[in-house]
Amino acid sequence: MFVRNKTLTLAASAAFAAAALASGAARAEDVFKIGLIVPMTGGQASTGKQIDNAIKLYMQQNGDTVAGKKIQVILKDDAALPDNTKRLAQELIVNDKVNVIAGFGVTPAAFAAAPLATQGKIPEVVMAAGTSIITEKSPYIVRTSFTLPQSSTIIGDWAVKNGIKKVATLTSDYAPGNDALASFKERFTAGGGEIVEEVKVPLANPDFAPFLQRMKDSKPDAMFVFVPAGQGGNFMKQYAERGLDKSGIKVIGPGDVTDDDLLNDMGDAVLGAVTAHIYSAAHPSAKNKEFVAAYKKAYNSRPGFMAVGGYDGINLIYEALKKTDGKTDGDSLIAAMKGLAWESPRGPISIDPETRDIVQNVYIRKVEKVDGELYNVEFQTFEAVKDPGKAKK
Amino acid sequence: MTSILTNLFDGVAYGMLLFVLACGLAVTLGLMNFVNLAHGAFAMAGGYVCAIMVNRVGWPFFAALPLAFVASAMIGALLERTLYQHLYARSHLDQVLFSIGLVFMTVATVDYIMGSSRIFIKLPDVLQGQFDIFGVGIGRYRLMIIAICGLLTVGLQLVLSKTRFGSRLRAAVDDPRAASGLGINVPQVFAFTFAFGCGLAGLGGALSAEILGLDPYFPLKFMIYFLIVVTVGGSSSITGPFLASLLLGIGDVAGKYYVPKLGPFVIYTIMIVILIWRPNGLFGRTATR
Repeated sequence: MFVRNKTLTLAASAAFAAAALASGAARAEDVFKIGLIVPMTGGQASTGKQIDNAIKLYMQQNGDTVAGKKIQVILKDDAALPDNTKRLAQELIVNDKVNVIAGFGVTPAAFAAAPLATQGKIPEVVMAAGTSIITEKSPYIVRTSFTLPQSSTIIGDWAVKNGIKKVATLTSDYAPGNDALASFKERFTAGGGEIVEEVKVPLANPDFAPFLQRMKDSKPDAMFVFVPAGQGGNFMKQYAERGLDKSGIKVIGPGDVTDDDLLNDMGDAVLGAVTAHIYSAAHPSAKNKEFVAAYKKAYNSRPGFMAVGGYDGINLIYEALKKTDGKTDGDSLIAAMKGLAWESPRGPISIDPETRDIVQNVYIRKVEKVDGELYNVEFQTFEAVKDPGKAKK
Repeated sequence: MTSILTNLFDGVAYGMLLFVLACGLAVTLGLMNFVNLAHGAFAMAGGYVCAIMVNRVGWPFFAALPLAFVASAMIGALLERTLYQHLYARSHLDQVLFSIGLVFMTVATVDYIMGSSRIFIKLPDVLQGQFDIFGVGIGRYRLMIIAICGLLTVGLQLVLSKTRFGSRLRAAVDDPRAASGLGINVPQVFAFTFAFGCGLAGLGGALSAEILGLDPYFPLKFMIYFLIVVTVGGSSSITGPFLASLLLGIGDVAGKYYVPKLGPFVIYTIMIVILIWRPNGLFGRTATR
């Protein structure tokens, strides 16, 4: 993986050198560097690949020059390990003198880079990680993904209103999972629902069987599930193997479990799963249709919510740079980012000026078959949801 | 009551799977006294061979299983002849460093060729779902695992105790010098045994893709489980690792079911207790060599 990185950087710098020679006038201050740190290898690799793809697609569509600056993206692979993230962020800020760091596939990675963003006064654009507290770790953090309380509170409210009384929960035992569980539980029990069983599964869990058996035996109306994107496939397979689909226990939860990236391979057991989430590849807007078509054409796969996080992240950087009219210091950029609003493939979104977190619609969706493929079909919209994790304070 | 039986069933299936995966390691570590941490890499190779044949070439699952065995066994034989045999006489530290290096190389190679995401093997419909016997949920796939692994265990035990090859192997292990003096080709016996153990791991890898998941990090993720099976089981026979696998499988499933908060700790606790009680494993013999 080191070789791949090195060649990439080499190729990038070679291309840059060639461009500099050709124009003869390009100076260092005319280049705007984005250090992109995402997992390109390891269990979270699909996150990094989607973000990388989406950014490349955006730059193809919108050109690589903004406000007189040439945008250069330096891709680094942290394999979702926070100590790597920290080292890479430091190298990017000190050696490569990047103007923005971006990416961050998992919450611990976003945390690891936060002190560096503060010290270096470098904006940190979080494109994937979803724990509520991230944006409070540095005044230079802006998020374009989502927070788990955003989707989990909504599904909690929805469950209460739709006749679901008893729920068993199964969540991965790490920060986002605990965030999801806490927000769901609060809303669901406040609405009169009952949690009959609560199981936290280890993040690196080989076999869901015993946990699922426990779910089945507690006979709930539905089970609330959060597993990180990527584990959803295995979970749904075992859910079907154990016959939970036939015993009438519905799957509800934030949309990570039915991520578009893997959804189509999950098989028919996933049909009817109801989730609350911020993006579906089936979102019926012109903007999204265009985005999905372009993404499919370029990469021959369906974009998931991680791709959209990356696509919006790079858009945020472009727009901020336009707004500062080429001023590249961290404080001006962050000030420009606050309050920006635009239409994303997922729907209208904006950056909350108070918290630097994303404000967006949350959709309730059900897995259905559309043209022979499985999609999350949206049927209810909650507009402009702020992060409830911070609203509480 | 029925859920107890379902859990028992799941635990036995999980244990059987662990046994097939780890018994090759019990042979190399216990019988040949070689620390081969790369054992999981052979299991992963079998899993990927099976996945490629079924998903891309379109072979039926049951035809790809034996191929997973053969492919891993051949890779094992090749590496034994070219690399491993030079390390038999070296210290355990050298062996550990060598085999762990091999693991990292395998992980990187498989990641590069196959990508890092998890791979599933397409199963025939016969193996999917669960059926009820007197209210006890029996997973078809897990039932198949129990059947295959049960037959293998009986077969292995017979080969080891009743055949000429079995007695040669035991002789070669007990005293290689005397054995070769009696005309037994010790290196050949070891090479064959090593390859067979790798083949079993390959088969286990193919079977475990559905339950444990198959990705390039497989050898690292499950190394601990294999080592637990061997240390708890002791290494004097294959009965020890077999019972240890069952104990761990059932303990793990029951632990996750009844005390989900402590789930992952249960098997480690079992291991520690057993090792304090019997430092050489359940069926270990005191070190004679």
